[in-house]
Amino acid sequence: MEYLLLIYNAESDWAALSEGDRGAMYKEYYAFTEGIRQSGHYKGGNPLQPVATASTVRVRDGKTVTTDGPFAETREQLGGYYLIDAANLDEAIGIAARIPGARMGSIEVRPIQKM
Amino acid sequence: MTFMTSHPEESTRVVAEPVSREVERVFRTERQRALATLIRLLDGDFDLAEDTLQEAFAESLIRWPASGVPANPRAWLVSTARHKGLDRLRRRARFGEKQRVLAWTTPQFEEQDLSRLEGGYDGELGDDRLRLIFTCCHPALAVEAQVALTLRTLCGLATEEIARAFLVPVPTLAQRLVRAKQKIRAAGIPYRVPPPDLLAERLDAVLCTLYLVFNEGYAATAGPALLRVELCDEAIRLGRLLVELLPAETEPRALLALMLLHHARRAARLDRDGELVLLEDQDRSLWDNDEIAEGLALVEECLRSGGARPYALQAAIAALHARARTAVETDWRQVAELYRLLLGIQPSPVVELNRAVAIAQAYGEEAGLRILDELESSDALPGYHLLPAARADLLRRLGRTAEAASAYRRALELAGNPAEQRFLARRLEEVEAQICNSPQQSGLQ
Repeated sequence: MEYLLLIYNAESDWAALSEGDRGAMYKEYYAFTEGIRQSGHYKGGNPLQPVATASTVRVRDGKTVTTDGPFAETREQLGGYYLIDAANLDEAIGIAARIPGARMGSIEVRPIQKM
Repeated sequence: MTFMTSHPEESTRVVAEPVSREVERVFRTERQRALATLIRLLDGDFDLAEDTLQEAFAESLIRWPASGVPANPRAWLVSTARHKGLDRLRRRARFGEKQRVLAWTTPQFEEQDLSRLEGGYDGELGDDRLRLIFTCCHPALAVEAQVALTLRTLCGLATEEIARAFLVPVPTLAQRLVRAKQKIRAAGIPYRVPPPDLLAERLDAVLCTLYLVFNEGYAATAGPALLRVELCDEAIRLGRLLVELLPAETEPRALLALMLLHHARRAARLDRDGELVLLEDQDRSLWDNDEIAEGLALVEECLRSGGARPYALQAAIAALHARARTAVETDWRQVAELYRLLLGIQPSPVVELNRAVAIAQAYGEEAGLRILDELESSDALPGYHLLPAARADLLRRLGRTAEAASAYRRALELAGNPAEQRFLARRLEEVEAQICNSPQQSGLQ
């Protein structure tokens, strides 16, 4: 089964990290990604630009309305994602728990619906 | 000798009694195991498994009178229901419904299982019930959903019965079950016994769910009845099953002991009018000696082989109460010591509250009250009625009646169960009467 792992972190927590800590986090992410690539679980993934760069689009009565920022203000923001292949939810949860960001924020594990 | 005579009795009973009664017996004894296997064979479709098993039972009522009861009724039921289930899956596929990937089992595995089942082989298949327990109590399901699903599939309780037991509207509970079953399939919760690296954590979740069912039966948080014995019975039955299926684990055994030792007091916990009777005031001759004996034996076994783990310690505390022939004989020092150990591995304000009560009994009310006052000022248990209730009791015994009255009033505000409310109201009346009769407190110095 495929799962999308959505990484939620408070951007302020991330900003509060020292240069060295941030560097260590990047290294961890790199090692984690390499690990799931080699184990065959990796199907895709990217970090996202900060939420300040986000735009929200709605179409109402055929008219496109674009606004600044995310749909809802929350303490934690979507900061990145992985798309993985896992045998079942237990395996997906095990992989999600190894994402470095899981220690700072939280990971939402969503099964992909096959069309 | 009894073993020898039981066999002919069994076989003559089958012949002598109407087949419908035999079906009923098979339903009672085999439904749970048949369902657990069927859910696996039908790739985790709980609804399909339940429906087709029901149909298979209906069919057995028609077939068995003519053909006789099969040698292995469960194998017949599983196999009949499985064919019905596969038929329906095929029909669904024909009508364009998307076929799921059969991820849980391989065809060879099924055939192997079925031939074993038909041959009466049971070794590996016993695990299906264990798979079902771990799936129903998977931490990715909300706790209320775990409880509902466990009672529905493992205990065979009707949706209406579960709704009544938890005082929720039937549609709400039905919806809860539907969502849980959908999540199991859509999110890919595996139908399996967790691998060794996950077992301890997942077993904790299972035990926690069982204990929750028991506690809801033992001390209902709301509603007219304080005790719902049927929930306690189901929790104990599942506890026994877990002990049978995981013989190497000590905590299921300890939880079973804990439940038995509490359940043994049920006849003494309420008086004739349905009013709550405190442990110290209970008529101990009403306690169930068989359950106590079984519980005590289990506790000893657990403490010897498993050591000081959370359920073992709680069961050991319950054992100290069970051993005391009268309330005054209770070894309160030992109880307090066990709570101290429990606090070390499972820090919780509720455990601290219980320790304070034991300390008060062993070393005097003042010592217990000091702990309770600290708990209250730290606000660790907001809204928990037993904290002001325990304080009120110690204050009353110390003769500080005005303070006791105000603590009883606070507890009364917070208690949700009518039997507990009536008990607290009675105590409040008593201390208020004392205040009126005491010249000091009525201001006549």
